[in-house]
Amino acid sequence: MAGPFDNPFGLSALSLPLREQRLKVLASNLANADTPGFQAQDFDFQRALRSAESARAGAPVATPSGGGLAATPTGPVAGPDFRRYISTREGGQGSLDGNTVSAETEHAAFGRAVLEYRASLTFFESRVRGLMTAITGQ
Amino acid sequence: MSSLPIFDVAGSALAAQSVRLNTIASNLANADSVGSSPETAYRPIEPVFQTARVPGQPGMTGVDVVRVEPLDKPAIRRFEPGHPMADAEGYIYAPDVDPVAQMVNLISASRGYQANVEVINSARELALATLMIGR
Repeated sequence: MAGPFDNPFGLSALSLPLREQRLKVLASNLANADTPGFQAQDFDFQRALRSAESARAGAPVATPSGGGLAATPTGPVAGPDFRRYISTREGGQGSLDGNTVSAETEHAAFGRAVLEYRASLTFFESRVRGLMTAITGQ
Repeated sequence: MSSLPIFDVAGSALAAQSVRLNTIASNLANADSVGSSPETAYRPIEPVFQTARVPGQPGMTGVDVVRVEPLDKPAIRRFEPGHPMADAEGYIYAPDVDPVAQMVNLISASRGYQANVEVINSARELALATLMIGR
């Protein structure tokens, strides 16, 4: 049975850790803008979210015998799995020392990622607020 | 390692860039530190950066200054017999500091520093907003 409490936080609960992971990868790029040989990386958020979503949808819902409450499938992918979605950034022009970080691109990407994190956070927060209203009734 | 590794990564970049700023300041300050032999003249220095893996965080890389290396630039021999540091033949040895290259390096280093300060500010803002969920 699908009710409002089966999946109380929706997609935003899955996307928030992934957004954070992307911020981490972009912060690493900016930190290494002057390190010789460093290859700029990016985190494929779309793919990570899609697989997190399908993992959640496909997870068997454990129903205890005797008609008790169904356990909620646990949330997003665990830490080490993030590595699958990190890849070297395509295109761009490398510098003579083998560094492929373009400061402007990374700046723009980081600013955008911050905004996207904020957006996900706002959705998540409104879910929390809705639940609080449902629980307390005020 | 803290639970907020963005601060560690951006912090390592701040430390590395400030080492770089220090070496530039040292090079510019000693541009006229002459000696009476090629060995005693000042040698310009430069830091060597290297990526540093963050334990437990896949895809995150900080920066490490592995060493500060003297540049392979021999001192310039100049004929100045009146100079108090002049050797027996009247030569002094001046460091080969290129002020233009140093200034370009300075701009690059301070830009890199600024970028990472911005990363720290954004990350702090987001962390604070996340901590306020449900308030």
